[in-house]
Amino acid sequence: MAILEVTNLKVYFPIKAGIFNRTVDYVRAVDGVSFVLEEGKTYGLVGESGSGKTTTGRAIIGLEKVTEGKIVFQGKDITKKRARTRELNRNMQMIFQDPYSSLNPKKRVLDIVAEPLRNYEHLSKKQEKMRVQELLELVGLSPESILKYPHEFSGGQRQRIGIARAIALKPKLIIADEPVSALDVSVQAQVLNFMKDIQKELGLTYLFISHDLGIVKHMCDEIAIMYKGRHVEQGTKEDIFERPQHIYTKRLVAAIPEINPRHREKQFQFRKEVEKEYDAAYDDYFNKDGLAYQLQKISDTHLVALPEKG
Amino acid sequence: MQTSNRVRGISVENPLLQINHLSTSFRIGDQYYRAVDDVSLSVNKNEVLGIVGESGSGKSALAYSIMRLHNRAKIEGEILFRGKDIMTLKNSEMNKLRGNDMAMIFQDPLTALNPLMPVGNQIGETLLLHQPNISKHERKERVLELLHLVGIPRPNYVYEQFPHELSGGMRQRIVIAIAIANKPELLIADEPTTALDVTIQAQILDLIRELKEDMHSGVILITHDLGVVAEMADRVAVMYAGEIVEIADVVSLFENPLHPYTRSLLNSVPAEGQDRLHVIQGIVPALQYLPREGCRFRERIPWIDPSAHEEHPELHEVEPGHFVRCTCFKQFYFPDKREEAGIYGNS
Repeated sequence: MAILEVTNLKVYFPIKAGIFNRTVDYVRAVDGVSFVLEEGKTYGLVGESGSGKTTTGRAIIGLEKVTEGKIVFQGKDITKKRARTRELNRNMQMIFQDPYSSLNPKKRVLDIVAEPLRNYEHLSKKQEKMRVQELLELVGLSPESILKYPHEFSGGQRQRIGIARAIALKPKLIIADEPVSALDVSVQAQVLNFMKDIQKELGLTYLFISHDLGIVKHMCDEIAIMYKGRHVEQGTKEDIFERPQHIYTKRLVAAIPEINPRHREKQFQFRKEVEKEYDAAYDDYFNKDGLAYQLQKISDTHLVALPEKG
Repeated sequence: MQTSNRVRGISVENPLLQINHLSTSFRIGDQYYRAVDDVSLSVNKNEVLGIVGESGSGKSALAYSIMRLHNRAKIEGEILFRGKDIMTLKNSEMNKLRGNDMAMIFQDPLTALNPLMPVGNQIGETLLLHQPNISKHERKERVLELLHLVGIPRPNYVYEQFPHELSGGMRQRIVIAIAIANKPELLIADEPTTALDVTIQAQILDLIRELKEDMHSGVILITHDLGVVAEMADRVAVMYAGEIVEIADVVSLFENPLHPYTRSLLNSVPAEGQDRLHVIQGIVPALQYLPREGCRFRERIPWIDPSAHEEHPELHEVEPGHFVRCTCFKQFYFPDKREEAGIYGNS
């Protein structure tokens, strides 16, 4: 069942100039994006910096004003702010990229994790403390740490506090915006393992936003590749990594470092060929403004942005 | 000297850079703590030495020590550059070397550049310092050439731009242009692509590789990204808590990793057919609390019999050129068999 449906989402930011501060143009951060999230799955949103992947996530959770399009969550249209009922908001949470700036340094862990609980559930002090301790245990932190402050934790631990806060209300959908980019590899592994575990336990759906294709491959069932505010390719993990159709996707996949040093010469050659193809075929894949075309279906799961003629 | 070279597995007679027993200590409170602890290694001409480790392993502190960029640190040991000890050089002599014979690519291009100066002038400044005789016109020609070399489109236009007007990838190219302006023999790249997107990362790494081939420089590439090391390095040193725990040529290191830390790191990267990633227990202790006695990795692998560790862990040459610290690697195993897959799947 689809938990979230995004149809033709557009988020434009006005560029203002002149003495009257009139809007002269728009930055088309998200420019007509459609996708569907199935319940219990992980959907990866991949793109380079400036491709609009974070803005998409922020628009879905309501941190950015939607210019055009439609967002349907659990069968209800939540495009307009007014339509976001408390109940719906509660089912959608976000994990932020930077564990150093997303936790209030003046608050104790107890207050950070309990904040969503205080908004939605009327618990006694004692119950609240117990819930927070349970949550901390779930994310692998000792229950005694409730009285500590964020600076007393390492990066990985902080990110887990952020996760504890996000899952406190047992949401249905979690938007994870580059949840491990700021972390060391071994800590990364810890957070990713943990996200997989709680997904099974709580039946969560993830919108996983990342620029790291290796991690996306590890985590996601379905993937969308984003470029300049549009999707250039959508498909299952196999579609994207084994049968990439769009030249931009091919280039991204080719740029992943080869972990086997014996194959590196081959990888350099391959990368050079793809780069050549990219330069030669750029006009076939992008319109005159350098934007991707409309998505065309090439199989049941696989969509590629190609010009009309196909 | 001969014997010590032998012990460090150096095959070439005259390495470009030879570091002997280098320690870098920082003061915390009224005591000094070693962030780099007795590190010895060498870099040859035309060679890329990768240094891998997580944050806090001392890899950047090591790079800054080689360039002598630390202000307050206490540095002990020997750094021989082309056979000459640069630890004894005066600051003015060091200034002549830095940016000329040895240069550094910094991690964060925004803080490495002067925000108030057009980038063209910043590259020109390096030339002015080390080649004061060339004319203004020639200098500009050289800068434009460098901008072109690092793959910047429209060099004439970018020459006049300020760092904030350029994207992260472009800024990093400027930093590289400054580093290679005087064709250094030794290039130290400290996480040169960490802040960049994958496609730009691939381009920058290509660029460093080409430069190495053109100028036959020695390169020290510091990174936490094992993929980058696998693609770039000829030899790899793995650092943990200020010490080198394993050093080998790149193929041996990836196909036959020995030290528990190296193996754990390789298993924590997502790979084909691996459902769960390996998690290293505990955290890297802060500088003040590092265990100074015995194997420093001991506390992260508590399921291994304590008698497996050496009392004073040394680097042992297991195969020619392949060194590993402590004896615990002989008895190491992963407690969870599912994590055993390794980076090449089950093959």
